Amino acid sequence: MTSQYISWVTPNLDIYSRGRPTKMTESSSNKLLNGDSCHWTSNGKKSSKNGFVKSHGLFQEPQKYRRPREKNQNVTHNSSLYKKPFAESFEETPLLVAVLTYMGYGILTIFGYLRDFLRHWSIEKCHVAREKEEQKDFVPLYQDFENFYTRNLYMRIRDNWNRPICSVPGAKMDLVERVSHDYNWTFEHTGRVVKDVINMGSYNYLGFAENIGACANAAIEATEKYGVGVGSTRCEIGSLDIHEELEQLVARFLGVESSMAFGMGFATNSMNIPALTGKGCLILSDELNHASLVLGARLSGSTIRVFKHNNMQSLEKLLRDAIAHGQPRTHRPWKKILIVVEGIYSMEGSIVRLPEVVALKKRYKAYLYLDEAHSIGALGPNGRGVVDYFGLDPKDVDIMMGTFTKSFGAAGGYIGGKQELIDYLRRHSHSALYATSMSPPVVQQIITSMRIIMGEDGTTLGIDRIRQLSENTTYFRRELREMGFIIYGNEDSPVVPMMLYMPAKIGAFGREMLKRNIGTVVVGFPATPIIESRARFCISAAHTREMLDTALKATSEVGDLLQLKYSRRERPLPSLGWMAEESLLQD
Amino acid sequence: MNFKNLREYLSWLYYQYLLITGIYVLEPWEKSIFNSILFSAIAMVIYTSYVFVPIHVRLALEFFSKIIGSQPESTVALMN
Repeated sequence: MTSQYISWVTPNLDIYSRGRPTKMTESSSNKLLNGDSCHWTSNGKKSSKNGFVKSHGLFQEPQKYRRPREKNQNVTHNSSLYKKPFAESFEETPLLVAVLTYMGYGILTIFGYLRDFLRHWSIEKCHVAREKEEQKDFVPLYQDFENFYTRNLYMRIRDNWNRPICSVPGAKMDLVERVSHDYNWTFEHTGRVVKDVINMGSYNYLGFAENIGACANAAIEATEKYGVGVGSTRCEIGSLDIHEELEQLVARFLGVESSMAFGMGFATNSMNIPALTGKGCLILSDELNHASLVLGARLSGSTIRVFKHNNMQSLEKLLRDAIAHGQPRTHRPWKKILIVVEGIYSMEGSIVRLPEVVALKKRYKAYLYLDEAHSIGALGPNGRGVVDYFGLDPKDVDIMMGTFTKSFGAAGGYIGGKQELIDYLRRHSHSALYATSMSPPVVQQIITSMRIIMGEDGTTLGIDRIRQLSENTTYFRRELREMGFIIYGNEDSPVVPMMLYMPAKIGAFGREMLKRNIGTVVVGFPATPIIESRARFCISAAHTREMLDTALKATSEVGDLLQLKYSRRERPLPSLGWMAEESLLQD
Repeated sequence: MNFKNLREYLSWLYYQYLLITGIYVLEPWEKSIFNSILFSAIAMVIYTSYVFVPIHVRLALEFFSKIIGSQPESTVALMN
């Protein structure tokens, strides 16, 4: 049995930063009174063009004291910037469900304390790390909430995560069967395999995770020609001709001057942001940015300020503050202001309001770093990511970052942009200087899949996959919504988060779905806020309509069993009138 | 949800109870602790209400009837 282990998203690895990464050095928000910002109105060329003559900023503040039933995402504020409707919804948590969820966590916490008490007095065996006898009087190491949560809540439903896979993670996959005899503290493999589980968890948007076909054949050829390891870094003797070829292809694919590829997607973010900004620079980061972006921002030593998720008023306020007040204490202007956003946010399924971000970026002369980890390949009529989706110019985005891990079925990441940027990064980025260069078969897989997406192989296979993905996404989202589940995010996002809320339902949903031969990813704290636990489906172009129907039927069954159909909106959804399937196909 | 018989319905209700309280994820001995505490608390509430509520109701009735009933007499007494 060739076992290829792929770990699913675990809640305590895929940590999102919800809070502010660093404490804001100065809360200047109160200082910007209306009087301070008068001179901005004189600069009102653009705002008058957009019809916002009276507002000081580019985007109007929303009315205060208005509490809509849904968070305001469904309304497009600056519709003139969008070419087509931008439909995104985050239905409010029903009050009763929220109360019951907190109650559930309360009960589990009480039992957690009981178990901790028993462990402390050695009445039961402690399976996890604890202080040594001689360290007892030192500062406690395992007392914070994360540790408590892992010990007493996560451990109880741990069988839903890190499940080993023993086949290619395509539309269907085989799982290694495992059992636990001590309530998930240890697992034992039974030696059996759970066959043909429908895979609703892998980020296999375009279905390029295959072990047969053009990509796999090309990768085998590359292995025969170059071997697997390169054994050096790019700037020493690890630069192969196919690396060059890949970078030129990526630049052409993105429509930028130049690009650069890295062996690891996470390191692309966490090592390149420190190369771009430093002390005296300001990073404006979305509150739901991925851990890699947060880590990169922290490593850079710049000041970090966090704006509300996809909230342009919040971003504009921070930009205006930053320009009006400059650096804290010295009040010197910031050296650089970098806005860091993602294309698709993988936990919310939302798409960045890129046209508005670009407008703000241009107005306030900031730089824009766009992480297209989930959106490249998965969005846009040509699969070229969120820039293509909104029909914008790639040159408006200063730093285009993305991964090859998801849509291309390979590994690694890239950065695209102006020639000077890439030249600078080649000399200054840690992951260019110190990391071993990409493995040739992986590079070949990316080249072949990217050529297919671009249609350079002479077939329409790539465009068919993109169309299939968009069709599947629309179908799956619409069906789930009509069944009465609460679904988050944008209508066009292939990441479909479905709300579960209660802690016991996280475990029950994963287990019940697997009983029906469907593999899903369930997510809880700390990847989400504590009450907003969810299941996340990732739609793939490889899913056939039958597979989706099977999955939907099982989801509906489990939804009835667990009472997950929380949605209180009228069905069928009236606001979806504009979204005929045909119009979506043409995009 | 369609149920074939009462038993199935009751087991579904119990499952909902497990999920909403969160004790679905607990080990059996913890479940039994939770259940016994909860049910003994409920039993006590019912028992105390059975024992004390009639007495309290009677006392309250007496109290109010005394106020309402005795008021005219006392005003008459004051007038004299």
